[in-house]
Amino acid sequence: MVPLSYYLLLSGILFACGVTGFLIKRNIITIFMSIELMLNGVNLSFVAFAAHWHSLAGQVFVFFVMVVAAAEAAVGLAIIIAVYRTRETLNVDQVTLLKL
Amino acid sequence: MNVHLILFLAFGAVALAGAINLLAQTHPINSALSLIAVMAALAGEYLLLGAEFVAAVQVIVYAGAIMVLFVFTIMLLNAGVEERTKGSRVAVLFGIPGILLGSILVAWVVLRHSGTEAVAAGALPGSPQTIGPLLFHEFLLPFEITSILILIAIMGAVVLASKPPSAPRKVS
Repeated sequence: MVPLSYYLLLSGILFACGVTGFLIKRNIITIFMSIELMLNGVNLSFVAFAAHWHSLAGQVFVFFVMVVAAAEAAVGLAIIIAVYRTRETLNVDQVTLLKL
Repeated sequence: MNVHLILFLAFGAVALAGAINLLAQTHPINSALSLIAVMAALAGEYLLLGAEFVAAVQVIVYAGAIMVLFVFTIMLLNAGVEERTKGSRVAVLFGIPGILLGSILVAWVVLRHSGTEAVAAGALPGSPQTIGPLLFHEFLLPFEITSILILIAIMGAVVLASKPPSAPRKVS
């Protein structure tokens, strides 16, 4: 038997790792993977709460999160390819087209 | 220490090590592989919670499809080692207080609610047989909306990633 707080702690740490990666990474693909890590952390807390409250709705929501993650990955990676084609770089510091 | 707790700690350690390795690595392909390890470990955690269908979908969709997309893009763009640039000042300014605040909040919640009842292994039968009716009756509208969302995403990806039409040749 594992207390619910353990699952929430693991989920929170994974989310925090995702946020940290999003902030400190400079490669646009790695930033994208950090977002996936955040979504995974949220999914874990969804499933843990579903088991805790004996409600399957939490598990159904995980599927919606996965669909959003898949759509986001498809569109985001297409945008990355388009950015690479025009800018020839994956470093977010060098993609400054919208900057003054 | 029962088996459930030991398994939880083992999978949690793998997930945590993968997440930290994702941050530590500088080459995107190493980060992607450690993210796959995180996802596989999380699938194990879902199995412990009785969500067997979610665990299967996690492996197939996340660790399979989405990460293949990532690895494929890394290979396609020939992404090299990350170039270190001067760190963002905003990240230092807000990140460190944010981390402190977040850890204090998490520690407070854990200490305050550490007496919550334990989650039994396989407490909730998350088999496809029980999830299917829920997905197609109670959550039918969100389910249909996600199908439209994924259709739009497919079209957007095709339009964005396709080669821009070359300029028409001038007829001399």
